[in-house]
Amino acid sequence: MLRLRCGDIKIMEKERGRIMSKKLISLADCCVAFDGELVLDHINLYFNDSEFLTLLGPSGCGKTTTLRIIGGFLTPTSGEVLFDGVRINDIPPNQRQVNTVFQRYALFPHLNVFENVAFGLRVPKTETVEGRKKKVKIPEEEIRQRVLEMLEVVSLKGFENRRITELSGGQQQRVAIARALVNRPKVLLLDEPLGALDLRLRKDMQSELKRIQQQLGITFIYVTHDQEEALAMSDTIVVMDQGRIQQIGTPEDIYNEPKNAFVADFIGESNILDGVMHEDFVVEFFNRKFKCLDKGFGPMEPVDVVIRPEDVDIVPPEKGQLRGTVTSVTFKGVHYDTIVDFKGFKWLIQTTDYHPEGETIGIILNPDDIHIMHKSEYSGMFGDYSSYSEEYDELEDVSLLEEDGEGGDEE
Amino acid sequence: MKNKRALFAVPYVGWMTLFVVVPIIMVVIYAFATAEGGVTLENFSSMGTYASVFTRSFWLALLATLICLLIGYPAAYFISREGPRFQRLAMMLIMLPMWMNFLLRTYSWMSVLENNGLLNQLFRNIGLISLYNGIAGLFGRAPVDHFQMIGTPGAVVLGMVYNYLPFMILPIYSVIEKMDRSLLEAAQDLGAGSARVFRKVILPLSLPGVLSGVTMVFVPSVSTFAISRLLGGGTQMMLGDLIEQQFLGGAYNPHLGAAISLVMMVIVVVCMVVMNHFGEGEEQAVML
Repeated sequence: MLRLRCGDIKIMEKERGRIMSKKLISLADCCVAFDGELVLDHINLYFNDSEFLTLLGPSGCGKTTTLRIIGGFLTPTSGEVLFDGVRINDIPPNQRQVNTVFQRYALFPHLNVFENVAFGLRVPKTETVEGRKKKVKIPEEEIRQRVLEMLEVVSLKGFENRRITELSGGQQQRVAIARALVNRPKVLLLDEPLGALDLRLRKDMQSELKRIQQQLGITFIYVTHDQEEALAMSDTIVVMDQGRIQQIGTPEDIYNEPKNAFVADFIGESNILDGVMHEDFVVEFFNRKFKCLDKGFGPMEPVDVVIRPEDVDIVPPEKGQLRGTVTSVTFKGVHYDTIVDFKGFKWLIQTTDYHPEGETIGIILNPDDIHIMHKSEYSGMFGDYSSYSEEYDELEDVSLLEEDGEGGDEE
Repeated sequence: MKNKRALFAVPYVGWMTLFVVVPIIMVVIYAFATAEGGVTLENFSSMGTYASVFTRSFWLALLATLICLLIGYPAAYFISREGPRFQRLAMMLIMLPMWMNFLLRTYSWMSVLENNGLLNQLFRNIGLISLYNGIAGLFGRAPVDHFQMIGTPGAVVLGMVYNYLPFMILPIYSVIEKMDRSLLEAAQDLGAGSARVFRKVILPLSLPGVLSGVTMVFVPSVSTFAISRLLGGGTQMMLGDLIEQQFLGGAYNPHLGAAISLVMMVIVVVCMVVMNHFGEGEEQAVML
């Protein structure tokens, strides 16, 4: 059952550490169906205090739906939402200690920057004083101080009197973050907040967000389809597809120990081969046995073998465990994307050395380059680079679709 | 010509010049001229006699606009929150009366409101009039055989509201319907209950629709003459009637008519500018 390998002890410790810190929000067996179609399929998930957790997955995987459940904009068809152990299924959004940064910011166009940020502070809070409920307003002076303070946190000092329409995308983004954070929520929900920004700005905002999260020490739940973004920012990544959780783990876990072909393919590039596990630490593929670090599989169990393109060592043909022919080379800046044909199955290998098209090369796979996964419904769907260029086109199509947001996830 | 496509505008510009600009210039010239061709201000100074008509026109139009707003805003708000199928049906029902002739619609209100009209007959048959007479008798009032509805300011306002209500609902509806739903969610997310969401977000953002609705009801109301003629029964003379009389009626005096038109136009324009100022910063909703 359990696969143990050198990294496992560390991973288990990390996982235990995650379990031991305080659970703030839990989703227990949550399902959401729109018109009889299951959008979320029995989701069990918890969110820790002060954690940067990312819900990662392709368009329509249910990540935005999950976020909307936590925000209170959607009630799960079945299952429970717990906040600090209290069921909050029926608590409306305005009474939750959660604030959201919306996909397209949703700033109020009729208010200036200051008033946008102050919006939440100006709402009278109901407080129980001596057993009696009372509406309490925050004094104007305190509002002013908190708004200006928050604008400073998001580096927008001096912008308070600007109109929203006079701001750039990145600035609007910051206003949206300040508007949510000024209420001192316990949890901040971010729905693809960087989706509309250009690459450069996006990178800047990534580190900015991470800094803000650490500075304020609150929980961020972040939704994105961008795996690089997820890897760079998160403490914990939840990979989702088809309304189900595929894997939960730290960025390192997810990248190094993908649970199935979907995760392996979605997070980074992967060559995924059919293999057979002969015994512990021995796997066979391409009619050859390789040493690996995985164990705990059944005898002769068919498995998926993942080999990351950057892990492959290229050697002269006579020294290689496998021999193949280079069929295409693309210069990528840091490395070359080299497509190599091994007995009809094409691999992607990333190498800093140039090997021209037509050259025969050998490769060596070290035991820790080989990752073994159980077969899953995704087996055979990913990991073959025979149609590499086409795959790039597909990727572009996906990113175009993302521009329209997750149509299926919205009500 | 810099832009060849400008040619396409020629028919419209020609039309506008011929039928809008030229007539306005003629109105201005007439207003300052005497029958003999001299220049005079007498047309304006003699207008004081008609102060009551001015007051009545603006008062009734204002009342009608206010009632349209009070009925139209909630209706538009309600419709915009319903499903698409209901919205389409509701829009069709609102437009439906507009497919009929304006005069025809107003004439039918006449037959409803007349002393011997549908309503009075109904009241008589269900005994409402006898009941009234019974009670009125206790206070020593003379008995009536009908309720006076036609020929009252109320009937005129009713006619205006009935005819112009769609012009209030449509612009408000289209503004609310196009409003970004995530703005409402954002307000909720920031702690606002539904009343606050309405007051702080929906209402201010729907102001452009309200302004254009108000314009589209107020302007035709203030200058109407058919409604006041038919439902006012000649007792509720408004600016439209007054102007018409100067051109077609027995009081033939096109110079005075032009002067009244001009003054009315100026007052309306001033009203619109003031209102536009209200909605400053929002998109220019009021079409002048």
